[in-house]
Amino acid sequence: MTPNPGRVNVSAAAAATGGVVAGAPAGSIVPPSAGGGPWAAASRPGAPSIASMLVPLIGLALLASVPFFAGEYLQDLVVKIVILAIFALSLELLAGTTGLVSLGHAAFLGIGAYAAVLLAPKTGAGSLPVMLALSMLCAAAYALFVGALSLRTRGVYFIMVTLAFAQMAYFIFHDTKLGGGSDGIYLNVKPMLAGVLDLKDRNAFYFFALGALAVTYGLLAALLRSRFGHALAGIRVNEQRMRAAGFRTYGYKLAAFVLAGALAGLAGFLIAVRDGFVNPEMLAWQESGTVLLMLILGGLGHLRGAVLGALVFTLLKELYSSEGWVGPLADHWQLTLGLTIIAFVATMPKGLIGLPAQLRRRPRPVEAADDE
Amino acid sequence: MSDAAAPTSDRVLLQAAGLTRRFGGLAAVQNVSIELRRGEVHAVIGTNGAGKSTLVNMLSGELAPSDGTIRLAGADITRWSQPKRARAGIGRSYQRTNIFNEFSVFENARLSAQAAHQRVWAFWQGARRCARSGPVAESAIDAVGLTRHAGEPAGILSHGGKRQLEIAMCLATRPQVLLLDEPLAGMGAEETERMLRLLAALKAEHAVLLVEHDMDAVFRIADRITVMVNGEVIATDVPDAIRRNADVRVAYLGEDA
Repeated sequence: MTPNPGRVNVSAAAAATGGVVAGAPAGSIVPPSAGGGPWAAASRPGAPSIASMLVPLIGLALLASVPFFAGEYLQDLVVKIVILAIFALSLELLAGTTGLVSLGHAAFLGIGAYAAVLLAPKTGAGSLPVMLALSMLCAAAYALFVGALSLRTRGVYFIMVTLAFAQMAYFIFHDTKLGGGSDGIYLNVKPMLAGVLDLKDRNAFYFFALGALAVTYGLLAALLRSRFGHALAGIRVNEQRMRAAGFRTYGYKLAAFVLAGALAGLAGFLIAVRDGFVNPEMLAWQESGTVLLMLILGGLGHLRGAVLGALVFTLLKELYSSEGWVGPLADHWQLTLGLTIIAFVATMPKGLIGLPAQLRRRPRPVEAADDE
Repeated sequence: MSDAAAPTSDRVLLQAAGLTRRFGGLAAVQNVSIELRRGEVHAVIGTNGAGKSTLVNMLSGELAPSDGTIRLAGADITRWSQPKRARAGIGRSYQRTNIFNEFSVFENARLSAQAAHQRVWAFWQGARRCARSGPVAESAIDAVGLTRHAGEPAGILSHGGKRQLEIAMCLATRPQVLLLDEPLAGMGAEETERMLRLLAALKAEHAVLLVEHDMDAVFRIADRITVMVNGEVIATDVPDAIRRNADVRVAYLGEDA
């Protein structure tokens, strides 16, 4: 508690500095002019512009129309992208916003998926809201455990500790009979919301997954604009300063970690329900690496970058592994995909989302902006 | 001084007694006691390596003391974390500029002000329109004279501008105690004058600890000066007495005096 209700009284100080602001009455607490001036300029980037909402909304409308004209192949491909986009968005909250690069994020995806299977009723369909909540809760619980321990480390140690905990979860499912061992386990009846939504139905599942992506995106977009989101960004940029200002940064990072885990659990739930099957490979570290690649490909630090990264990565993988397009090279899609990603990252350091700005800036020589 | 029960002036906000910090076998700070009073600028001077920054780090909570106690308005805060101390009213600035380079000047100060009312759960409310942190940030930026630059990215400010922003961010947390680590370092003459006027105005409401190498500035503005040598305090007194102090002349002011 503050022993004295803090009065800044910098206004007196402002007067003492000799009324620096032209046109502002010395000692004024209120901004110089409400309508314009530097304060308005400072707050403008925060306001959600129509244009910034337009692109996601158009994208959503386009995706919603897919089942009406597309064949099964295309629809399944879109579902795959939608689910991976949710997974990528969940990691974006950690890696892009908070600056916490985790190499164990697939553990939460896998735990969400296994929960959807293992906690489903033995007979009959599970209730959709209950099963969804259980999946996300299980993933969040493991994230709380992993985060509470790993967030005491930093940098490369954080990467290693998250990787270790993910591998631990992987081997639990791989080497014990808990979830059918390395063979995986089947989900017999897909969950449903009686009378409203049966995820057995292809279109029902499609719209449910799309809705999950829209909610995830909307939630994270609101979060990033909020005080919580600004604090996370502050932690990414300068954690020491955040602590000096009075933020318990550990709590913020843990909250972000748990939320990211829960959203990864949502993606895992969708995969389990789509496939009706889960196996331990979902938790493998390669999956954690892949989702990180999607973020880097799309552009770290942007929600749209995460979605774009999931889209482009999936399309490239699809392209390089289909014999119709690349012939015998299809057997070696890891090689071609890997080379492509190296080329992308080398030429677009800010990812695909940063490409327009990069092209605009091209004519001018790169100037050193930072003088430190 | 170490007797906390002794009646002290009610103006004493921060009181450190017997502070010691050892790194391995080396004592960077040894048995330092200091009192910061509201209405006073208390300067700490000493050569590089005298332990000034270590002292500031212990007072702000970034470094746990090996020994000694710290009291804020009478409450023992020795074991409090830095964020808790900051919320209780201890603000600090850094010797090496330590700001959010990629945020706007306004957001730098607003985020600092947000620490006082974090409202973590209100995720549907936009931070930039926060009705509480916004005005606090504006008055803090106004106080240091950065209003014209409020909308600019902090990273492109001049060195002096960044130093001013340091202070604005510190003020935005509405502290009662200001721990300022070399706020004048690298500033031009005009910026130094403005900063000194600001400090003179701030001391009415705050207790100010000033670590500074600019002796002209220190002797102009300080109400009390503590001299540190090799981690120990060799003198604490008003500026005139410090100037006349034989030990200080020998140990520190030397040729300068």
